[in-house]
Amino acid sequence: MISPLLNVRSVSKYYGTRIGCENVSFDLYPGEVMGIVGESGSGKSTLLNCLAGHLPPDSGEVFFDTRTNGPRDTLTMSEPERRMLGRTDWAFVHQHARDGLRMGVSAGGNVGERLMAVGARHYGNIRAQAVDWLGRVEIAADRMDDRPDAFSGGMQQRLQIARNLVTGPRLVFMDEPTGGLDVSVQARLLDLLRGLVREMGLSAIIVTHDLAVVRLLADRLMVMKDGHVVEAGLTDQVLDDPQHGYTQLLVSSVLQV
Amino acid sequence: MIDLSNVSKRFTLHNQGGAEIPVMEGAHLSVAAGECVALTGESGAGKSTLMRMIYGNYLATSGRIKVGDVDVARAAPREIVALRREGLGYVSQFLRVLPRVPTREVVAEPLLTLGVTREAALARAETLLRRLNIPERLWSLSPTTFSGGEQQRVNIARGFAHDYPALLLDEPTASLDAMNRETVLRLIEEAKARGAAIVGIFHDAEARGRVCDREVDVSAFTPKAA
Repeated sequence: MISPLLNVRSVSKYYGTRIGCENVSFDLYPGEVMGIVGESGSGKSTLLNCLAGHLPPDSGEVFFDTRTNGPRDTLTMSEPERRMLGRTDWAFVHQHARDGLRMGVSAGGNVGERLMAVGARHYGNIRAQAVDWLGRVEIAADRMDDRPDAFSGGMQQRLQIARNLVTGPRLVFMDEPTGGLDVSVQARLLDLLRGLVREMGLSAIIVTHDLAVVRLLADRLMVMKDGHVVEAGLTDQVLDDPQHGYTQLLVSSVLQV
Repeated sequence: MIDLSNVSKRFTLHNQGGAEIPVMEGAHLSVAAGECVALTGESGAGKSTLMRMIYGNYLATSGRIKVGDVDVARAAPREIVALRREGLGYVSQFLRVLPRVPTREVVAEPLLTLGVTREAALARAETLLRRLNIPERLWSLSPTTFSGGEQQRVNIARGFAHDYPALLLDEPTASLDAMNRETVLRLIEEAKARGAAIVGIFHDAEARGRVCDREVDVSAFTPKAA
């Protein structure tokens, strides 16, 4: 029996008396991609930030199956331990690439920096791996020494993905990874993400308000409203045969192209 | 291989006054390995609904839907994902793909997901595309701009890329010319010969007569009006 990579138990976060998210529980297994959808204010980003250790929840537990010590509650582990996880087994792809990149450092440096954070020291190896990863996200090697501010939005986003995946994480958190990009760029990014998830056997949690994105990327779907999970299940089943009134409304509100 | 007992389906429309629409009741179906069963019944009788429930795309309201060892009506999402990857294929009427992905990759994808090597997966994809008369110059293009018939054939190639033990076919011969229709019927016969259990919807009576061993009229499962 395979054990879950992430085991989330009753996570709640309040902003004063207002609910950020309440009583969220789920298991994520290795290789699974889960989407979280909902309107703005539904609590999906709050939840993602609680899971990724960016925001302390008010209650609940988040067990991550670590490589060396088995399942550990990431909310009670020490700050250095959690930071180490954030640099090795976890990755976080921000909606705005500039939040996840060092804008004053070259593209190659952005990728290499994460390798150095986990102990890589040999300059030649670091550079070679950076070139390899830039190639995988379709950034030409001759752009390696350029800074990200000279890149288009789509390129910045691909660079952010390379920076995150170079250390071979097992769990990737993504917050609206295709938000704000042109549709043609979105398609390219989705294709890239799908290929990487398949090749690396990654688990991922993707927060988005775009139902088309989750249909293409996610195996499973969680629908949130007012801080609560109202429905969860297989992605195409939730979208094609929604059971909850809110999901039915959400699905039927999408414009057909 | 595929075994349904007492399956029912009811839609609840929460945003239309909670209207309850019962569409299926007491559905039974059993398909053995190497057998092809046609679902019949007039339009709206529930052929597609039944097929979608077997695939896990629609949630059964009650009953049991066994495909191999998995009860699709109760299985966790990841069990259904695994079943679809290895054990249960579905050729729908419409191709749904990511823009920009070349046709060859679209067809090879089910094999790549299973961990088949790139060379072997692409070779299999090319064999199928050739058999289905998709010109080689189109293989490196995305099928999103293809004609309806071409898209349908790409969809069939993708559905037959992996040798699924159970296969669902929704109008696989619709909108095909005589030659391609013949190819699809041969693919179905080959799948049966290797032991696949197949459930299909065929409006084409001649095709149905040729590849199907039995017919099941789904209007027998239509709930009687109260």
